[in-house]
Amino acid sequence: MSDHDTEDFVEDIPLKALPLDAWHRAKGARMVPFAGYEMPIQYEGIVAEHSWTRENAGLFDVSHMGQLHLTGEGVEAALEAVLPIDLSTLKHGNPRYSLLLDENGGVLDDLMVTRWNDGFYLVVNGATKWDDIAHLREHLPDEVNISHMDEHALLALQGPKAFAALERHVIGDTPLGALTFMKGATFTFTGSIAGDVWISRSGYTGEDGFEISVPADVVAEIADLICAEPEVKPIGLGARDSLRLEAGLPLYGHDMTPETSPIEAGLIFGINKRRRTEGGFPGADRIIRELVEGTARKWVGLKLEGRLPAREGAEVFAGADKIGTVTSGGFSPTLGAPIAMAYVASAHAAPGTPLEVEVRGKRLAATVSPTPFVPHRYFRGS
Amino acid sequence: MPRYYTDEHEWIDVEDDVATVGITDYAQGQLGDIVFVELPEVGAMIEQGKDAAVVESVKAASDVYAPITGEVTEVNPALEDDPALVNSSPEEDGWFFKMTIAAEAELDALMDEDAYKAFVEGL
Repeated sequence: MSDHDTEDFVEDIPLKALPLDAWHRAKGARMVPFAGYEMPIQYEGIVAEHSWTRENAGLFDVSHMGQLHLTGEGVEAALEAVLPIDLSTLKHGNPRYSLLLDENGGVLDDLMVTRWNDGFYLVVNGATKWDDIAHLREHLPDEVNISHMDEHALLALQGPKAFAALERHVIGDTPLGALTFMKGATFTFTGSIAGDVWISRSGYTGEDGFEISVPADVVAEIADLICAEPEVKPIGLGARDSLRLEAGLPLYGHDMTPETSPIEAGLIFGINKRRRTEGGFPGADRIIRELVEGTARKWVGLKLEGRLPAREGAEVFAGADKIGTVTSGGFSPTLGAPIAMAYVASAHAAPGTPLEVEVRGKRLAATVSPTPFVPHRYFRGS
Repeated sequence: MPRYYTDEHEWIDVEDDVATVGITDYAQGQLGDIVFVELPEVGAMIEQGKDAAVVESVKAASDVYAPITGEVTEVNPALEDDPALVNSSPEEDGWFFKMTIAAEAELDALMDEDAYKAFVEGL
């Protein structure tokens, strides 16, 4: 028995421990290397954890991700020079999706940008955070200070019962229920837990839920408090991946890389409207051209017949012609069928197009499918 | 009926000149939820230590190696409709395939139950 799987090893450096390392092990997690950390891949099993999150609420430790705080004179204009974001329309407390692009418009990372009182709060991918910090330091003026909030942990509470579970424990100037999807605010935990936490209504599962930035020295106490709620179980990276795949959400390093443009990847919402005409960000020439002329290939969803999943790297065919490559794929626990995301030639990208995917020499029937595969259930207000 | 184990976590039951092959309970626990099992063709010659089957879990694909050399004589038809049998009954109903035994000597180098148990405890 041997595993084909390739984890996201960053480099051959010693693995670091998350602030919740001992907590995960005490909960029975199986730990694996991911993004330079030992991380929990699963506790009781991926399918059980996946279904629990879709039906109840799951607590994810995403403390491997990079939390950055950017302050200083001119930070707003400086940030617009490195990201295709329109900060003039970004209200205080609201996270917005953006992209770190290279000079050719290739994707270096995807990230969330939130306006805080004294600057901006960025959440970047764990495997890329050191490169991101170096890139930002190189391209931002000296007046802008980049603070790596490595004394903070990050939790995500996701699922239809996430609100009920979290509401019992937090108080803020605005009630938790006032946060709709992609809004954030400062809260404190009730009881003896000291200090402010930052909570946004956002996530990576397609479900309603929250991301919670907390000081690392109280994260175990907070994780215990949340997990003591009957709706909540800890959920590992395995289910995080199957949940985001069903939600049609791309994973950096797999679905987009420096070799792909955000327009090919269908991430046009990451290029804010004003910037699509004004430009003035890295790779703007290519991106504005692609917006007008289209791209030769597109990122699409695929539904496969049968039960055999197609994984990253599987080739996609239209008849005898190879027209694409799978970038993420697996078995959807919700649909009970294999699903995948792939770049395919734009002529074959329309929903309903019949294609084939090759797995170990076998051609599997596949159909281009709209995404998300499982509908999003974000809370946009009652 | 003697049962042998490999260090790749396959088990082999030998009855007369036919060997039945599957993966161990430890192996299924490591793989997690199994969604598909790709079995060899009946009539295929498989060689000890070479690929014989592939197990797909939600997360990943894993190879299962031939524990001994021989010809595949039968595959478990139940796994097509219910691959999760490998999780629920790995060492009985979730067997993978039956095969001939080309070289009895290959069996001698495998572990018995006690040796395998000690091997797993040492992992």
